[in-house]
Amino acid sequence: MFLFLFVISLGLTVNSHSYHKNKYVTSANFFSGTIYNWKSNVTDYFSLREQNDALADENMRLRTLLRSTQDTIIFETLDSTVLTTPYTYYPAKVINNSYAKTKNYLTLRKRAEDAIETDMGVISSKGIVGIINKVSRKYASVQSILNTNSKINAKLKNSFHFGSLVWDPETKNPNEAKLVDIPRQAPVVVGDTIVTDGKSTIFPRGILVGTIKEFELSNNQDYYDVTITLFNDMTSLHHVYIIENNEKEAIKQIENPGDASVLEIQQSNNQETPQANAEQ
Amino acid sequence: MQNSDLLINIGRFLVLVVVQILLFNHINFLGYVNPYPYIIFILVFPFTGNKSLLIFLGFLLGLSVDIFSDSGGVHAAACVFLAYIRPLLLKFSFGVSYEFNTIKLSKADFGARITYVSVAVVLHHLALFSLEIFNISHILLVLKSTLFSSIFTIVLLLCITLLFSRKN
Repeated sequence: MFLFLFVISLGLTVNSHSYHKNKYVTSANFFSGTIYNWKSNVTDYFSLREQNDALADENMRLRTLLRSTQDTIIFETLDSTVLTTPYTYYPAKVINNSYAKTKNYLTLRKRAEDAIETDMGVISSKGIVGIINKVSRKYASVQSILNTNSKINAKLKNSFHFGSLVWDPETKNPNEAKLVDIPRQAPVVVGDTIVTDGKSTIFPRGILVGTIKEFELSNNQDYYDVTITLFNDMTSLHHVYIIENNEKEAIKQIENPGDASVLEIQQSNNQETPQANAEQ
Repeated sequence: MQNSDLLINIGRFLVLVVVQILLFNHINFLGYVNPYPYIIFILVFPFTGNKSLLIFLGFLLGLSVDIFSDSGGVHAAACVFLAYIRPLLLKFSFGVSYEFNTIKLSKADFGARITYVSVAVVLHHLALFSLEIFNISHILLVLKSTLFSSIFTIVLLLCITLLFSRKN
């Protein structure tokens, strides 16, 4: 009896440590989603003022952006690659958030009619949040960037050198993350902005991540380990957006013709080797 | 188990899970220290009760907490482990004769109660954090989390047992 149940739970544990295999135990199910939804219906009132401020801020920023695109034609031509990339955004509300463990997840309440799938990116108005892990009709669980399983492709804003965004559980600091594997010749300066790279199909290029707090050469002396202060306050998230990449299928087909089962894994690894070679 | 006992245990199970997921999982004292007082269900389960039943209930309890905190089977494993070694702990802290007296946690000697609760909590948390972090290179983190969370949980559990002990 003991052994049987112990082995089952160990199995579930091991399952949760490998990057998104089919997970059985997640908070995206109807039951836990409903309970968290009740909870957030009550607790949301306490942060209404803060949420209003955040939304007003975002509106202001978007209006400024809109204004500048209307005013200058040059801006449009410069950014045409970004603008024509067909991404669809869906709204969602955070109903449960964790940031104190080594593997943190969020639970979202989404609109039932939105076709959200595993592996879509999640951002807030200030920056990157995580990747969709499991979806049910009204709820979705998100693997936060504060999760030792997460590894997200990110780059310096002012150059094309890129690395992987990971989280260091040793400090358990929800405001900091690490960017590893930045090549040595990259112009790393404290205070510079880090954005997502768009080499994976999850996030578009240019989603804000954070600013460089400090950096040092890693043990093998070839790469920088960069500590980043995140733009997002991961401890206080309310409204987020889920990003769908409409060209995902096409990109996948070109990258790995044939074997469909490898696709998911490949994608999570941010396609390291071939592009890394091409870049240098 | 009598009928009222059954109802009390079911009620306790539900209340503890709800309180754990809505309140204690979000305390984040000093950034990351959370108590896990829901294991009191396993600790105060009738001492003469069925052991296999307790192990099964421990599994359900842990799994419910796991579902809500997206942690795979971490809590389930730790709870099953705790339920399994509970007879040993009882023998260790209350002496060999515990099975013959109808001893209750709230009526037990204070020293014995502290030993029982502390050892149980430390073992449970150690299992919990080793499985959650699951990485030998972060062994210090495991020990640190275990220490802080254990202190928090033990204090809470002693308060809870004092609060809910019936004087009769």
